[in-house]
Amino acid sequence: MAWYLVKRLLQLIPVFLGATLLVYFLVFMTPGDPLDALCGDKGCTPGVAAALTKQYHLDDPFFMQYFHYIGNLLTGDLGVNFSGREVSSVLADAFPATIRLAIIALIFEAIFGITFGLYAGLKKGGWFDSTVLVLSLVVIAVPIFVLGFVMQYFVGVKWGLAKPTVSGAADWSDLILPGIVLGLVSFAQVLRLTRTAVSENASADYVRTATAKGLTRGRVVRVHILRNSMIPVATFLGMDLGALMGGAIVTEGIFNVPGIGNQLYKALTLGDAPMVVSVVSVMVIIFCVANLVVDLLYAWLDPRIRYA
Amino acid sequence: MSMSQETQDKNRPLLEVRDLGIAFTTATGEVQAVKNSNFTVMPGETVAIVGESGSGKSTSALAAIGLLPANGRVNSGQIIFDGEDITHASEKRKVGLRGSQIGMVPQDPMSNLNPVWKVGFQVRETLKANGLPSSDADVARVLSQAGLPDAEKRAKQYPHEFSGGMRQRALISIGLSCQPRLLIADEPTSALDVTVQRTILDHLRKMTDELGTAVLLITHDLGLAAERAQKVVVMYKGEVVEAGPALQLLRNPRHPYTQKLVESAPSLASRRIQVARSRGQEAEDLLAERPRTSMQATLKQDFVRVEDLTKVYKLRGSWGRSEDFTAVDHVSFSIPRGTTTAVVGESGSGKSTVAKMMLGLEPITSGTINFDGQDVAQLRGRKLFAFRRRVQPIFQDPYGSLDPMYNIYRTIEEPLRVHGVGSGKEREKKVRELMDQVSLPQSMLARYPNELSGGQRQRVAIARALALNPELVVCDEAVSALDVLVQAQILNLLAELQHELGLTYLFITHDLAVVRQIADNVCVMERGKLLETGSTDAVFENPQTEYTQKLLAAIPGAGLMNAV
Amino acid sequence: MREANMENNDAADRDLDPEARAHEAAMREIADTADTPAGSHQKDLGGLSTGIMMEHFVADVGSTPVTATDSRSAEGAPVSLWRDAWRQLRKKPTFVIAALLIVLVIVVALFPQLFWTENPSAAATQCLLENSNGKASAGHPMGFTAQGCDVYSRVIAGTRASLMVGLFTTIGVVVIGGIIGALAGYFGGWIDGVLARLGDVFFALPLILGALVVMQLPFFKAHRGVWTLVVVLVLFGWPQIARIMRGAVVEVRNADYVVSARSLGVSSLGILMRHIIPNAMAPVIVIATISLGTFIVAESTLSYLGIGLPPGMMSWGNDISDAKDAFRSNPMPVFWPGLALSLTVLSFIMLGDALRDALDPKARKK
Repeated sequence: MAWYLVKRLLQLIPVFLGATLLVYFLVFMTPGDPLDALCGDKGCTPGVAAALTKQYHLDDPFFMQYFHYIGNLLTGDLGVNFSGREVSSVLADAFPATIRLAIIALIFEAIFGITFGLYAGLKKGGWFDSTVLVLSLVVIAVPIFVLGFVMQYFVGVKWGLAKPTVSGAADWSDLILPGIVLGLVSFAQVLRLTRTAVSENASADYVRTATAKGLTRGRVVRVHILRNSMIPVATFLGMDLGALMGGAIVTEGIFNVPGIGNQLYKALTLGDAPMVVSVVSVMVIIFCVANLVVDLLYAWLDPRIRYA
Repeated sequence: MSMSQETQDKNRPLLEVRDLGIAFTTATGEVQAVKNSNFTVMPGETVAIVGESGSGKSTSALAAIGLLPANGRVNSGQIIFDGEDITHASEKRKVGLRGSQIGMVPQDPMSNLNPVWKVGFQVRETLKANGLPSSDADVARVLSQAGLPDAEKRAKQYPHEFSGGMRQRALISIGLSCQPRLLIADEPTSALDVTVQRTILDHLRKMTDELGTAVLLITHDLGLAAERAQKVVVMYKGEVVEAGPALQLLRNPRHPYTQKLVESAPSLASRRIQVARSRGQEAEDLLAERPRTSMQATLKQDFVRVEDLTKVYKLRGSWGRSEDFTAVDHVSFSIPRGTTTAVVGESGSGKSTVAKMMLGLEPITSGTINFDGQDVAQLRGRKLFAFRRRVQPIFQDPYGSLDPMYNIYRTIEEPLRVHGVGSGKEREKKVRELMDQVSLPQSMLARYPNELSGGQRQRVAIARALALNPELVVCDEAVSALDVLVQAQILNLLAELQHELGLTYLFITHDLAVVRQIADNVCVMERGKLLETGSTDAVFENPQTEYTQKLLAAIPGAGLMNAV
Repeated sequence: MREANMENNDAADRDLDPEARAHEAAMREIADTADTPAGSHQKDLGGLSTGIMMEHFVADVGSTPVTATDSRSAEGAPVSLWRDAWRQLRKKPTFVIAALLIVLVIVVALFPQLFWTENPSAAATQCLLENSNGKASAGHPMGFTAQGCDVYSRVIAGTRASLMVGLFTTIGVVVIGGIIGALAGYFGGWIDGVLARLGDVFFALPLILGALVVMQLPFFKAHRGVWTLVVVLVLFGWPQIARIMRGAVVEVRNADYVVSARSLGVSSLGILMRHIIPNAMAPVIVIATISLGTFIVAESTLSYLGIGLPPGMMSWGNDISDAKDAFRSNPMPVFWPGLALSLTVLSFIMLGDALRDALDPKARKK
């Protein structure tokens, strides 16, 4: 187990370095003056240009620039955005709303995805299974922004069941609708994944043996089928935490949630490149950590990995 | 319970299956897997159901505890357990019967324990579900009764930390933990090595004898059935074709299918395959002129000579350490031209690694393989390519050995094309000849492997191997995955081809019974070491090592035919 | 000699077990007495020490003939993997519907002029502000946008760009990801290690996020278009296919037929091309079909965020982006391109799903 953990951690380092290097390389090494990229459409005043040159060590060779950037990233110094605010403080303000949003989405997709998936998987080929299967495809196929607009229009505007836009504090209750929208696609994927795993495990030899031991159907389903099906599902949920961060850009934009995604969306429309690079870098870190958590979760759920 | 009551119970069948019919709903429609099956199991009796794959033997037995797959159902007849009709019993009643009244030991120990729960947990939940005490001590006791050493510690381990034999013991302990009156043992040892198989079956018999449990043993091996059961039921294509007392059925089979089965069962046959024997008469003279296969045999006379062959694998351990694993350890033997040499051993003996090195697929760590005067390890480029033409493999799994994307014609033609033999026309002629040689109809050339049966696929694999007129054919468990009758057909084919074409076979197998049927010489391997080598007759009649004796004794049903 | 030994062993075993001994003795008796011809139901009664009745049953030979034990009926045309899959797919309603929709979308993309009521990019059909947010009317079944453009014609005209991005990205991803995955899976060792880490690096940047960073750069902003978008999406989309391909290749790499080919002397590259890749393609094709849908979504998402296709180009994403501000007063200009987008993506996902079932190797093994 310890060896597995160490191995995973060691593998994470090159991935993290590589991903940040990639982002950095793309921003600073593509044709054109990096200052143009950083200044955006409107251009910089000479003073700002000088500050940016200093902040990103643009006079240094590429790798030195990169190491400065990594150092800053790890120490939490993310520079300032166009409006002169510390990027780190903008992120600190925006994070809680995004985390709340992601948690709602995660809980929604886990509870409903697993329940529906379990039922569909146990009765594979039945009417419930077939219906749910097609519906899940529909959900996956509809882009999140279309889904967001439709839900906002009907649930928020027409039926008045929830506030169509979130304001100010972004309380838990305000975030339920956007959270569900954010989680819908993953919900469909969790459902399908659970269904496949359950139907596969339900016909596994050890499940037949468990039945032959005289266990009740309920116990066989809970202790043997569901427990084993959780291995791929839990890893998906862990990975999804990172993906939800990406999906938050669109969802937060539609519902006006004051979160990270919204900040990124704003930065994009303003052409605020330093902000974009910083936010994406932070998201990469979250993604890497989520990956590590998934690996640990996997080892925890599957003893065969733990001792490998 | 009064005395008369007891006798009545004893005379009443524990399990009675009457006119049982089982149907499966598949994509192509309804398939009647079992029809009109009848058999009975008396209290304390062992009954074996014998049949090849797809004969309905497992299906019939599983129906008794309501464990048919979701698409299967009983559509006629009755299953009566201890006087009670349980054919369509409620789920609740079935749960009540399972475990406490009817236990099960499944076939494959690798897949029948849930990999995510500790073994002890899986025993405990069985005890709990059937209302028995389930403390740690009880769990350990149940496990140790099945012959699992150090049971208390073992209970805290996961299935993947167990060897196959240990897992099977754990499954036996689960099956018998609640002292059921009937145990359904579905091929309980077919996935295990023969020596392990024997000890486990012996232990199973001891336990069921002590508990007075009746056993319904399902097996493909007639020898094993006759050795272990009082009564044998033979099933074929979903029907019971013959049933009766074990030895009587074995010595005096009446149904043509049973007769064929008895003839073909390698464990029962003590004679060589016919063709091999007639050829042997002529070969005997040739053999007489040179010393029998031995270490002293000179280079020129031996077609293949293996000397001090060693293979060491580097295994990656934890914390990045690498460990050496010696798969083959200083093995020496030789193969005379035109003969069959069998390398026998259990799993992990290194026999397949020897085959891979012989085929030039695996680098040799040390030692030499001398093939007709050439050192195989030194072959490169053109010479290696020419060597490959002379040595061809036939593998075990008839499903895995043919590329599913190639039709039969392309499969057999590939070796010819790779080695640039003849024009397109000539190659087609050769492929057709080969099909004739392996007795396959030419109409099959356009077919794909998934349309063929196991035996047909193995014939295709043989045709492909023979396409380049090789001199040495390496058969790696070439008949192990086949049903008994098919196995006999393929062995006969191999013997005929050897006779016609003067082939030399290196036959890798775990099955000593098969060795006796076809091999001239035997090498017995255990854990990478060569224990014993000699002519088949000599090794079988006078095994020198304890291990070989154990292997021979473990052949199920051996000697049953001649015992009386 | 050996036989005698074994008999002794057997006897020794049985000594432990008087019951078994009695049973054997009983059976010997039966063996001696039973000698009636086969072919009819018959009962030989033999008494065991326990008093169990045992009969010898033989089925009617006529009812269960011993035919060739090892044969398969070989009627009809030969069945290759693809033919078999096609046979199954034909009968699946989801596949048929999805395939028809895809054909329709392709025809619309190739020949939009057959469908639109007016060419939305032609000078003669300038959007008229008097039609702004107009309701559906004759010749304009989907109403008008805020700029007064005909929604239906724009939806038709937008098909080409969306489909092109999806199609060419998928081709690029399959070629690049497929090659990388196949090399990693086949050669293993350090090549696998390096390629796997490289994939992890790109995997750490989700498709949309990565594309977002690149597309907002001045260079890419200046050169926006279908091909730029394709390049960027391929850059961040290949790892998924590479992983699938690698897994599939590892699975077939050690198959016996591959070892057979090696022992024939077929070169590594030859084996990879002729045996491994054809057998590893099935899962890649499934995922590629589904990805085609996701790439169309990615294009529209980026366009929606204002950094995908150039604003002048007609695509579903751009249309939705343009109409989103007036959404509350006039949702239809968002709804129709959204529907077209969703249906197209759904078709590809459904097609992939149906293919997955039909190409499942587990279901194929008989």
